[in-house]
Amino acid sequence: MYTEKVMDHFTSPRNVGELENADAVGEVGNVNCGDIMRMYLKIDENEVIEDIKFKTFGCAAAIATSSVMTELAKGKTIDEALKITKKDISDELGGLPSAKIHCSILATEALEEAVKNYREK
Amino acid sequence: MRQVYLDHSATTPMRKEVLESMLPFLSEAYGNASSVHRWGREARIAVEEAREKIAELIGASANEIYFTSGGTESDNIAILGTAKAKENKGKHIITSSIEHHAVLDSCIELEKRGFEITYVPVDSDGIVNPEDVRKALREDTILVTIMLANNEVGTIQPIKEIAEITKEAGVALHTDAVQAAGSLKLDVNDLGVDMLTISAHKFYGPKGIGILYVKRGPRPKPLVYGGNQEKKVRPGTESVANIVGMAKALELAVLEMDEVNERLTKLRNMLIEGVESSIPDVILNGHREKRLPNNANISFLFIEGESLILSLDALGVAVSSGSACTSGSLDPSHVLMNMGMDHQQAHGSLRMTLGRGTSEEDIEYVLEKLPNIVDRLRAMSPLYNKVKE
Repeated sequence: MYTEKVMDHFTSPRNVGELENADAVGEVGNVNCGDIMRMYLKIDENEVIEDIKFKTFGCAAAIATSSVMTELAKGKTIDEALKITKKDISDELGGLPSAKIHCSILATEALEEAVKNYREK
Repeated sequence: MRQVYLDHSATTPMRKEVLESMLPFLSEAYGNASSVHRWGREARIAVEEAREKIAELIGASANEIYFTSGGTESDNIAILGTAKAKENKGKHIITSSIEHHAVLDSCIELEKRGFEITYVPVDSDGIVNPEDVRKALREDTILVTIMLANNEVGTIQPIKEIAEITKEAGVALHTDAVQAAGSLKLDVNDLGVDMLTISAHKFYGPKGIGILYVKRGPRPKPLVYGGNQEKKVRPGTESVANIVGMAKALELAVLEMDEVNERLTKLRNMLIEGVESSIPDVILNGHREKRLPNNANISFLFIEGESLILSLDALGVAVSSGSACTSGSLDPSHVLMNMGMDHQQAHGSLRMTLGRGTSEEDIEYVLEKLPNIVDRLRAMSPLYNKVKE
């Protein structure tokens, strides 16, 4: 049901953990629907995402989409990172089962939420 | 890598003796049991011998056994067929909130057809209170359907007590014994039920075959039409090989039941106690004693079931979960939610069901692997973090 890439990101997720002194934190989802994603960003003076980490409660797809999101966003400017779509994430994973597309949406929303948190500061 | 199958409540491997009993009817003995000639007679004899054997094993008469395609169909006939037969007497049915979907969805279908269904609750241990059934009874109640043992948490329901209540009220009682068959002694008179469902693949028999026991008296109306087989309650050419295999499987299950149960209870307790002593923040779901001997259902807080399943699968261990992510819907298991659990506990549930092939080494292997898996997933979980803060 999952591609090898999903399983790879699930078993060896990239950038998992927290960032001390993060410039922004965003959390989306809730325990009722079974997925919670939290993203931590370190942003430099040129608005480039220097470092990014995540913590996720959820299924393999939720963990894999979080992991891919951090890979895609790292090194990009905030504006570039906000252009990452659910399709970019799904493509990077070689596709997602239709019931799990919402996980890729959640990953984009987690980043948006973190950026919102940064801009509010 | 060690392969450990701990999902026997989903299905069981068919026994060699069962396969051997079926083989003649999948090759040279291919007759249609309804035919008059020798080929037909040969098949008919096999079907009727199987019927008698099954009847004897559950304390019934052969003419009270109806062969079906399995548990789902038997439940459907018992509920929808009884509703059809008795709708002039009343349109009220009582069931529980933790039934299998074969029962629940049949009841929901009847609601659409103008029936009223009362879903009696369960306590936090996952057990129905017979007094709730008594209170739910009405003048127009035509059927009570409560499972004998739950498929997710393995809890055993007080069917005998419920039967006393329904008998007194003169209302028919059906029990879905799909998960109980092979683990609990089934005697329809001792249980006091009017109808009972079992399915062969849960006790090392073939898939696609089950029975509905219907006590002598009024029968449910058929749901499909086409012939005289099974007294028109369930027409269609008999699946001879499957019927023969089911009888063999039930015979062996009953024969070995005490011995297997004793062994599995020990291993199951070793699994539960092992998890409880090596992993913090776990909760056993369902009553500790009043449960099937092979069932362990445990919630691992702060993490999600599908992640657990896939992590174990990668190490050769097969289990299941009541998490929403494994059900294809956004809702976690109705069984766990109706036992009063919160979403997190339901999403983090793991059902491990042992079988006759399970060894002590298997359980040791799972107990060795689980703590690391749980640690890894918890380290990733924002919920765990919140608690630690």
